[in-house]
Amino acid sequence: MIRKVIFEGPKVNYKEVLRYARAKDSYDEYASLLDECIREAGDLLSYRICYDRYEIVRSSDFIRFSAIETSSDTVKKALSGCDEMILFSATVGSEMDRLILRYSRTSPSKALMLSALGTERVESLCDAFCEQIGRELQSEQKSLRRRISPGYGDIPLSMQKEIFALLDCERKIGLTLGENLLMSPSKSVTALMGIGSK
Amino acid sequence: MNIREYLQKHIVILDGGMGTLLQEKGLSPGERPERWNITHPEIITGIHRAYFDSGSNVVNTNTFGANLLHFDREELERIISSAVDNAKKAREQSSAPQEKFIALDIGPSGRLLSPMGDFDFEEAVAVFAETVRLGVRYGVDLIMIETMNDSYETKAALLAAKENSDLPVFVSNAYSENGKLMTGASPQAMVALLEGMGADAIGVNCSFGPDKLAPIVREYLKFSSLPIILKPNAGLPESIDGKTVFNISSDTFAGITADLVKDGVRVAGGCCGTTPEYIRKLCEDIGTVTPSCEKKDLTVVSSYSHAVTFTDDPILIGERINPTGKKRLKAAIKSNDINYILEEGLRQQSAGAHVLDVNVGLPEIDEPKVLEEVICELQAVVDLPLQIDTSDPVAMEKALRRYNGKALINSVNGKKESMDAIFPLVKKYGGVVVCLTLDENGIPDTALGRVEIAKRIIGTAKDYGIDKKDLIFDTLAMAVSADKNAALTTLNSMRIIREELGVHTSLGVSNISFGLPKRDIVTSSFFISALDNGLSAAIMNPFSAEMMKAYYSYRVLHGLDENCSDYIRFAGLLEGGSETVRAGEKSDFSSADTLELSIKKGLKDQAASITAGMLLDIEPLTIVKKHIIPALDEIGTEYEQGRVYLPGLLMSAEAAKYAFEEIKKVLSNSDSGSASKCPFVIATVKGDIHDIGKNIVRLLLENYGFQVCDLGKDVAPNVIVDKVLETHSPLVGLSALMTTTVPSMEETIRLLREKAPFAKVVVGGAVLTQEYADAIGADQYCKDAMDTVRYAEEVYSNL
Repeated sequence: MIRKVIFEGPKVNYKEVLRYARAKDSYDEYASLLDECIREAGDLLSYRICYDRYEIVRSSDFIRFSAIETSSDTVKKALSGCDEMILFSATVGSEMDRLILRYSRTSPSKALMLSALGTERVESLCDAFCEQIGRELQSEQKSLRRRISPGYGDIPLSMQKEIFALLDCERKIGLTLGENLLMSPSKSVTALMGIGSK
Repeated sequence: MNIREYLQKHIVILDGGMGTLLQEKGLSPGERPERWNITHPEIITGIHRAYFDSGSNVVNTNTFGANLLHFDREELERIISSAVDNAKKAREQSSAPQEKFIALDIGPSGRLLSPMGDFDFEEAVAVFAETVRLGVRYGVDLIMIETMNDSYETKAALLAAKENSDLPVFVSNAYSENGKLMTGASPQAMVALLEGMGADAIGVNCSFGPDKLAPIVREYLKFSSLPIILKPNAGLPESIDGKTVFNISSDTFAGITADLVKDGVRVAGGCCGTTPEYIRKLCEDIGTVTPSCEKKDLTVVSSYSHAVTFTDDPILIGERINPTGKKRLKAAIKSNDINYILEEGLRQQSAGAHVLDVNVGLPEIDEPKVLEEVICELQAVVDLPLQIDTSDPVAMEKALRRYNGKALINSVNGKKESMDAIFPLVKKYGGVVVCLTLDENGIPDTALGRVEIAKRIIGTAKDYGIDKKDLIFDTLAMAVSADKNAALTTLNSMRIIREELGVHTSLGVSNISFGLPKRDIVTSSFFISALDNGLSAAIMNPFSAEMMKAYYSYRVLHGLDENCSDYIRFAGLLEGGSETVRAGEKSDFSSADTLELSIKKGLKDQAASITAGMLLDIEPLTIVKKHIIPALDEIGTEYEQGRVYLPGLLMSAEAAKYAFEEIKKVLSNSDSGSASKCPFVIATVKGDIHDIGKNIVRLLLENYGFQVCDLGKDVAPNVIVDKVLETHSPLVGLSALMTTTVPSMEETIRLLREKAPFAKVVVGGAVLTQEYADAIGADQYCKDAMDTVRYAEEVYSNL
């Protein structure tokens, strides 16, 4: 069953935001710009995830979970030794894109910082989600492996289509896939990870 | 009996969930349920029949995702014809006594409309239109647009339904936890949009159980005059022993939903997780309820996010996006400088405007095209409702069609020709229209003459099916300097129209002081008099401190400002020297700060005010050459050496832009071209929707004096080539962020070489490298914005 979870905003990791903004460790210099971005984005962000848990089926060349079948070595490696896996999609919502769009027309520095913040937000959301799932798995004496996404390693971007069909992302969390296989809202992630024994 | 008639006298019972039942019957995850109409017709018919047997008046065909994005034309037709056939069979088989109808079910496309996504509005209309035409051909009784979570897509679907059928249309949206659509619309904004466009019933479905949907559906009941739909889920899904179970039982579901029916909901059913059992209990709990309908006389406009209602609390309509008498804006419209227009919109919003007037009427432009573009760009970044202001009905229709909400329409007047052109547009697209009290004989000198015209306009509007709540009257403020009684006639007629005809009013208040010195003094006094005489909305300048003082004090004095808190906040801004109120008159900066320093520190307002001061005794071009460019060069070098990071470079560039704006104000009298270099066309190539990097390049190029023509993102090769030919631009910049769009960049370069061999092509973007650039035949690869500037300067110096 596809589950939907809504998170409270995880704590902002300033260092990560600055890294995405290509401003390294210069927090003092950009503190006021970054704080302004956090303040403006604050209420507009939502933190939504939908996910499901599947059994993994292996054949000689392929690895399959639910309706998705792939020969990707990256997937095989990430799921090796696992009998089950989690597939999820996460988004911080379209209002963030609108805010970035607004400032990309009027203040590119702010657009850059907001975009970096959006990337950090969705990554932190994924981290918070994995932590929660990891805790739940403890009772089963199991743990999560690292997460991988389409486009990573040799995983084809076209797997996005299958993931979207499987997780019903549009209805569950308002996440859509464009013709070019890019996601809207843009600050979103789809990923999978194996469930291994401890 | 048809469904429209039935709806007037009865509560309409819809069906329940389809997807959850199909999964139980073996639909695989990821499989398209619409194909089951063909492969498993007996199962689909069985489900429909069970709903009819349980008391549903309407079943939705199994066509939620039946559209051209998911199926080719031929398969789509087979799916829809079988789907309608399955529902008809169920209707024949069911012996239940109630009236039975079949609705063509239309769900979201699965794509997000541009500019937030990559799906064009007209393409969306076309996709829905095909589904509608097929549904009509195979004989459905009504159209049900449901589970839509974006206002713009909802509009596209409703427009498609209206343009391709005469069937009744029910429209239902899915809401998020925050009580809004995924893309931000409030329930009241959706009511305004959908009522305006003539939906037959509107409401909410899916999302949550009836308990959590209750507050949202109550908003609909409060604001809408239409029958309201409620089709909730059976609560939230839980997994018990590997089976999906919803957490609200049929008893609880029926109880809560039936109570909401007793409170005014007129169309009820269930969504995910509900079964024929839920519908049977719902019918029992509703029993016999006579539907009531209370007409709400609310004058409302809306944006993609929220509604603005006309009340006794004055509405401020920002007048600054109108080229009349504004040289800088004229120049911006002519050169397609959308950014300037957007900034003007955002500034008015922060100055306190509630609605923005948008007028781009200049004789030398293609007004329909420009107005449509400006409306689309503005509504993407500003969340205020817009007032579309044009005398060209073609431009009006284009803009209204693309508008994401219920617009203010400026304007219609008592001339037959005007009403014949504008009222059909109001009827089709919705809107509140400003009615000017003039006709074929001009503007009457007397108040009564203007009131007579108003009455006639109300009568004609009614013939077109437009209620007077969607008309607001402008009794025309004329210059008192030309006619000493001008103000009195305007005010008297306005008072009579508001009080006796019971409609709202607006005025372009600034006209009153035309020809007088210190106009703000007269205009703001007139504004207060007008408010005392029944003015609901003023088209005004929100940057005028006098006008804002008048507005805030009026609200305090008329009990509209709880605890005087808005006034106190405003007064605080006045004391603190607020930017918006004192735009352009700032002078408080330390004399030790130079323009160079403020640019390097990225202090925008300081850069602007220092420049304004310098312009008093230094030539504008000298400021550019001796102060701004050297500061930019220095920060650019520091960036290249890794001592300044990208955000720092951008902040400096923005500060320089503020300084340039001051210089442009002085130069716009003479030829501003004297400060600029050659044209430079830039675009993100077809298929790619990333544009932050490209915008950074544009900003820096503009700073260095290039006439940047920014075509935006996802731009087709021929559009780029046409622009290069039109401007004879010696430089073209192409950006791509994804490997998948590099071929599109290559195609663009090939076409440029063929048609515009004179242009140098520079490419950049995350995926590009020197090797890549060489392989696709670019003249130059630039690793970042500064690199692009250096290259452009080099090409320019060799021209």
